[in-house]
Amino acid sequence: MGDVLVFAEYQHDHLPKATLVAINAALEMAKKRSGKAIAVVVGEGVDKLAGDAARYGVSKVVALESPALKNYLADAYTQAIAELAKSLGVETILATASAVGKDLFPRLAARLGAPMASDVVTINDDGTVIRPMYAGNVLATVELDGPVKVITVRATAFDAAKPADSVAPVEKVPAKIDPGACKMEFVSFNETKSDRPQLTEAQIVVSGGRGLKNGENFKIVLEPLVDELGAAMGASRAAVDAGFVPNDLQVGQTGKVVAPSLYVAVGISGAIQHLAGMKDSKVIVAINKDEEAPIFTVADYGLVADLFKAVPEMTAELKKLKHA
Amino acid sequence: MKILVPTKRVPDPATTIRVLPDGTGIATDNVKWVVNPFCEIAIEEALRIKERQSPGEVVLVSIGEKTWQEQLRTGLAMGADRAILVVNDKPLDTLALARVLAKIAADEKPDLIMMGKQAIDDDSNQVGQMLAEMLGWPQATFASKVEIAGAKCTVTREVDGGLETVAFALPAVITSDLRLNEPRYASLPGIMKARKKELKEIAVDSLGVDLVPKLKIKELKAPAKRQAGRKVASVEELVAALHNEAKLI
Repeated sequence: MGDVLVFAEYQHDHLPKATLVAINAALEMAKKRSGKAIAVVVGEGVDKLAGDAARYGVSKVVALESPALKNYLADAYTQAIAELAKSLGVETILATASAVGKDLFPRLAARLGAPMASDVVTINDDGTVIRPMYAGNVLATVELDGPVKVITVRATAFDAAKPADSVAPVEKVPAKIDPGACKMEFVSFNETKSDRPQLTEAQIVVSGGRGLKNGENFKIVLEPLVDELGAAMGASRAAVDAGFVPNDLQVGQTGKVVAPSLYVAVGISGAIQHLAGMKDSKVIVAINKDEEAPIFTVADYGLVADLFKAVPEMTAELKKLKHA
Repeated sequence: MKILVPTKRVPDPATTIRVLPDGTGIATDNVKWVVNPFCEIAIEEALRIKERQSPGEVVLVSIGEKTWQEQLRTGLAMGADRAILVVNDKPLDTLALARVLAKIAADEKPDLIMMGKQAIDDDSNQVGQMLAEMLGWPQATFASKVEIAGAKCTVTREVDGGLETVAFALPAVITSDLRLNEPRYASLPGIMKARKKELKEIAVDSLGVDLVPKLKIKELKAPAKRQAGRKVASVEELVAALHNEAKLI
């Protein structure tokens, strides 16, 4: 039986959309491989979170607990999940390709001697999966050989799981961990505080590029538009490299991959690596003064204009619309 | 401090990638090959650690065809001390690559393995983490700051929603994110010196490592191209289109 174990990552006390996406992908995988989907919530005192995960259609939720799992650490989490996967006899272990998924799952694959496919965008009926390579310029159909397979899925490629009619049972399992093999120590997490929606969860994303010229302009020119739209703010790699904004705002091949309903690119030329992070957005708007900028080749609506004039105008125009 | 830096040769990031018509690979006729950008950052970090913690040695290792010598020479010209080329022309998956590197690490006994977080061709982002597990070492991926005091290492990592700091004793595997440093260019004297530095070749089959791929690429294809839409003449027209056509605002 092709059972699937899905890693239900949480933020503070809730399951983010990225986790519901992983659950949905696991349900799809389980259906196609004639197995069950089982979710695992890892940590210390995770009853409530396990209860949340149980509402989305999985067959069972395991609350895998130990004081050693209080904070995420790659080596301890690897041991705990590998032991659980072995005892459950699952065929596939799946997570979202979040920062934790990317860090943890290859290590887990190595421990299990299992092949791993990163950033999967399609689960095929014939056992293969499709994943992007070369900044999304190539789609590879890959086959994973062996009794256990490890997969991370791209959060933008699947819908979030919806609450099911019934709630799955939660089983508390004490994690098996060899303390001698836990060599890492959690020191701190310096969280970026923001009242805006998260980049990977938002319906609308407004991103700024080098065209904004400095960090101050992100604040006075771009942010009013971001907030008028109730959007998340993103940035191109060039803007992040230049120090205009913090690096967790980077959208692109090596930053965040987003696919909101509306993506507004402001002063972004559209380098290959940026396009890789946003080209699956439903509607793309580009505002750039260079009409030859590659961003216009993917934009549904392109406005060739000076952003310092166009962006405040757009903010004002949206205000008018709201009050009309 | 001995630092092992696994590196990879990749197409220049500015190259337009084309899939071969039969889906077996990508067209390489006009490709310029370079050191993977994240590997360059790893080499730079290794050199800086060595400069602070001298004496030390920075050893590069690549797994690839003989032509990869050229990119190893680039790393030597940046300042690495010597290089190992594990000569291989078969497709290897990430597990096999990690096994080969684990074998090299067992022979070289480095204090630290510093490598790129991902290669920009496969975009797998797996080998560093796999290698850490195979060696039973701590790992710190997506590093934006590395501090070493004695045998203790503290790494700041770029994660979702902020920065995380972890600590551990060496040896360990650290993978570099974009903003760890700005790699240096090779100087002319550096390039001259690099020609005389040791570049050892080892046949991959001589290592006695399981190389059978468990992850097999069946087919490559180009994604459906997104069609460009239309240009709007004014902000007013743009907002009207988003409101009336796209119905998003």
